[in-house]
Amino acid sequence: MIKIIDLVKSFNGQRVLDGINLEIPTAQITVVIGKSGVGKSVLLKHIVGLLKPDSGQVLVDGQDITLFSGRKLQEFRKRFAVLFQGGALFDSLNVFENIAFPLREKTRLPEAEIQRRVYERLDQMNLTHDVALKYPAELSGGMKKRVALARAMIQEPEIILYDEPVTGLDPPMTNTVFHLIAKTHQESGYTALVVSHDIPDVFQISDKVAMLHRGKIIAQGTPEEIQHHPDPVVQSFIRGEVDFLED
Amino acid sequence: MINFIRAIGRRSLNVVHEAGAMMLFLLEGLGLAFTPPYRPRRVLQELDLIGVKSTLIILLTAAFTGMVLGLQGYYTLRKYGSESALGSAVALSLIREMGPVLTAIMVSARAGSAVTAEIGIMRITEQLDALDTMAVNPMQYVVMPKLVAGLIAVPLLTAVFDVVGILGGYLIGVVLLGVSSGSYFSGMVQSIVPLDINGGIVKSLVFGLTILLVACYKGYHTEHGAEGVSRATNQTVVLSAILVLAWDYVLTSFFM
Repeated sequence: MIKIIDLVKSFNGQRVLDGINLEIPTAQITVVIGKSGVGKSVLLKHIVGLLKPDSGQVLVDGQDITLFSGRKLQEFRKRFAVLFQGGALFDSLNVFENIAFPLREKTRLPEAEIQRRVYERLDQMNLTHDVALKYPAELSGGMKKRVALARAMIQEPEIILYDEPVTGLDPPMTNTVFHLIAKTHQESGYTALVVSHDIPDVFQISDKVAMLHRGKIIAQGTPEEIQHHPDPVVQSFIRGEVDFLED
Repeated sequence: MINFIRAIGRRSLNVVHEAGAMMLFLLEGLGLAFTPPYRPRRVLQELDLIGVKSTLIILLTAAFTGMVLGLQGYYTLRKYGSESALGSAVALSLIREMGPVLTAIMVSARAGSAVTAEIGIMRITEQLDALDTMAVNPMQYVVMPKLVAGLIAVPLLTAVFDVVGILGGYLIGVVLLGVSSGSYFSGMVQSIVPLDINGGIVKSLVFGLTILLVACYKGYHTEHGAEGVSRATNQTVVLSAILVLAWDYVLTSFFM
């Protein structure tokens, strides 16, 4: 389990996270929702150690990873995979090399086995094999996300963090990506944290939902509990009300 | 008045802070060259991008520089009846100063700006973060090969510059203007000492490291999206040129 305790983070004097308390259960999909710019990605980056908090703890199986650095942090990160908002595919490598990258860096698998695993992941993401020779600049937004997901999955991580996985995608592709997240989760049983503002679509894959507002988690529960939450701020966000967005 | 002084003070502190940060960046980057994995393939890729792909611009610059030196040198030396010293003049100018400095500035303009843009875009598109999360040290994967490639490529390109420049001076001085071929090369042999060549090599090593350090540092610390990449690229070219010229003075004073 991942436990976030009293996490505080400021940038240039502006407090972004103001005492976050959140539990992310093992082998479940937890979704953090909130309006754009509220700090969801900042929260996600603390969990994988890309940011250090001003105060607070991030416990992963009882270990406070905010105290990790160097080799210890690198070792810890082997349990994680992150799907970044734009995919973060390496521009100078083609699709095949991008997906194979973690295997080439971290394993001594023979090239034939790497090739087999890469094409297996391409099949899993409903991508044809001719995509393997294309470069990221030649891919559509949806294809980039699926290649990034393939690269994340090939590492067989225990924990996957998804940073706005469907932002910028059309509704059919949004459903495709959410379907793939649910399918890979069902097949592999990893722990997932998804940060998103794409509601209600994201509820279809969630086991637990938490809402981030003004630096704090103001509501958490099952998707049904969140959708019927009595807090007017939660209700305004779910309904996409204009005066909430201008708050 | 106080605000003005305060602004100068703040600016000065920022410069010192950044100089210190760059030194630490350099030490970390170069230190990783001695830590496995050594990434020889990445170093070769960067040698190709920084070195091989700069060859044409270096050849052109060297040829025209040598030709101008030959032309200017001939008419200046003729006033004193010393045309036979043209070979010495061209070679010494190139080996001591113009070869290392112009090579560095051309490599900075071509490869340095490209390196900053490449790393800057990797920063703003979270590719460096992606490397980090895959437990791959971005300094070792991205920066170290470029620093090592710069240390290898710039001295080699400087040597190429010197040779082509000397031949450019020969083309103008000997072929076109009639200076004796024998006096062109014999003068060169007599006047160039090991200190001149060593000085040129040391300068090219320092310049190569400086250019790639500035380029990698500016790219690695890019912020604020595309505008930040543009600003960082501009700063790389300007700062590299200034530092090359400053180092040139310091190193020349050591070797004189």
